Amino acid sequence: MKSSLTFHKVVVGILVLYLLIPLIGTFLFSIAGKWDHTILPENYTMKWYIELFQDERFYDAFKRTLFLIVMSVGLSVVIMLPTIFIISVYFSKWERLLQAAAMLPYGIPPIVGAVGLIKLYSDGPIPIAGTPWILIGAYFITILPFMYQGIRNSLRTVNAVQLVDAAELLGATKFQAFRTVVFPNIISGILVSTLLSVALLFSEFALANLLVGGRFETLQIYLSDKLNSSGHLTSAIVITYYSVILLLTGTVLKLTFRKDKGPIMSGKKQFLSFFKKIFRQKNTALEGEN
Amino acid sequence: MRKIKKQKIYLFALLLPFIIFVIGFEIGPLVAMIKNSLYADDGITVTINQYLTIFKSKFYLSGIKNSLIISLISAVVSVTVAVIAAYSFTKFSSKIQNRLLMIANMTSNFEGIPLSFSYIILLGNNGLFTLLFAKLGWDLFADFNLYSWTGLILVYVYFQIPLAVMLIYPSYQGIKQQWKDASSLLGGSKASFWFRIGIPVLLPSIVGTFSILFANAMGAYATAYALVGSNYNLMSLQIASLVASDVTLKPQLGSALGVLLASTMILAMWFNERMMRRIRRDLR
Repeated sequence: MKSSLTFHKVVVGILVLYLLIPLIGTFLFSIAGKWDHTILPENYTMKWYIELFQDERFYDAFKRTLFLIVMSVGLSVVIMLPTIFIISVYFSKWERLLQAAAMLPYGIPPIVGAVGLIKLYSDGPIPIAGTPWILIGAYFITILPFMYQGIRNSLRTVNAVQLVDAAELLGATKFQAFRTVVFPNIISGILVSTLLSVALLFSEFALANLLVGGRFETLQIYLSDKLNSSGHLTSAIVITYYSVILLLTGTVLKLTFRKDKGPIMSGKKQFLSFFKKIFRQKNTALEGEN
Repeated sequence: MRKIKKQKIYLFALLLPFIIFVIGFEIGPLVAMIKNSLYADDGITVTINQYLTIFKSKFYLSGIKNSLIISLISAVVSVTVAVIAAYSFTKFSSKIQNRLLMIANMTSNFEGIPLSFSYIILLGNNGLFTLLFAKLGWDLFADFNLYSWTGLILVYVYFQIPLAVMLIYPSYQGIKQQWKDASSLLGGSKASFWFRIGIPVLLPSIVGTFSILFANAMGAYATAYALVGSNYNLMSLQIASLVASDVTLKPQLGSALGVLLASTMILAMWFNERMMRRIRRDLR
């Protein structure tokens, strides 16, 4: 029995090591001074970070990425919240259609989406190809599955429909009911989807590179450009932006942990785990029968 | 009655922004891509020649083949690793299990360009492990080249493993201790439990995960782009260079390849959903 636990310890140990080594390696490289022919760096320095934080281009790229993220995630919350609410309360027969529209982006890789977008917007009435606006639209669609899943689940958990009915019975208007009763109850759920979407868009490269490329240099495009010049600087960028992502997902994990103790998934994994949740629920039902 | 109808019109107006975005950036581009794939290079003549070109060209066929092979291999390896690792996860206390899932979750965000870059640091020509292996005199790694077929598979496997672990892990929670007890009470050995109960219960979930990983690898672009540029013959790299490069701009051909790629993905997703339904039916 004891030897079998050792086996599992070894398996998990190797996996964790395997997953963390690239991160550790990148970190080492970002603080390494001279590191050409030795296995570990000869000396350590902070100069790559100093150089990075003095680079105008880095700040500009960071600002552009933030602009894109704030615009598309903001738009997504503003549009998806009323849409999902209205459809689930008043037009419930369209719910399947909404779900299909919201889940479709998951099946389309960015590279395929970009093909159609370039075609559609390179000429014609709305020539926005090559501008950040096309990217905002594309990002809106990219995060659609997570926003949809997050908002719909939180609406369902708080029984939004009954809440609105009750509030209306007590004399509130629909908008009042939504604003004062439903919204405060689902705000943390929305926050989680928002943070996950932000983390996802931070690492988005395919759409940005194909739709705008160097004309609107985002963080990822800057990164891919630096890849060919300075390795140390690149690793400093990677570590910096990855810390931002870690911070975001860390917050998500904290928020989720506070509510339920189940395993936490991010981004597309959250959507995929949706099926498994159904699976697990069925199982508990089965267990109850025993 | 009329009041309700009027109200519905207002509500519908609130849905308009959503409808506009979905048509403009989701349905519209898809339709445009499909339509575009049915035109000749001049953009005027309607033809299915673009598809014929792909299926006649050795170059494009080998790109599709390369993508299929790399997706299959990376999915098989990652699922195998995940099935073993996720089982080992379940042997630890729930606190450690959560920690482990957190690590998987954290590293699953590490993909694309940063990941390719890390691998260059670790296994590139002057990489940490390249030097280490050279010092140790392990000839096995002397011919290893990161910017090649094997390197690409290695990097793909890395970003697939955390995803696979997180997808497989929940299904182990479906296997109850009572089932094991019942099996051993009836005289079953540990092996026979896994062969007759454990693996059949897990199988739909494993196959479903496999199809997701397969689709994930088929659509991957950033990782390959950062590692091998556009020199390597992969479907996603081909599409990118056909629709957005400065040299070989052939949007119609790119659209046709895009339609083919999207069909594979949708097929894989459909397969996954069927598998998931299967789980539910089994348990009903």
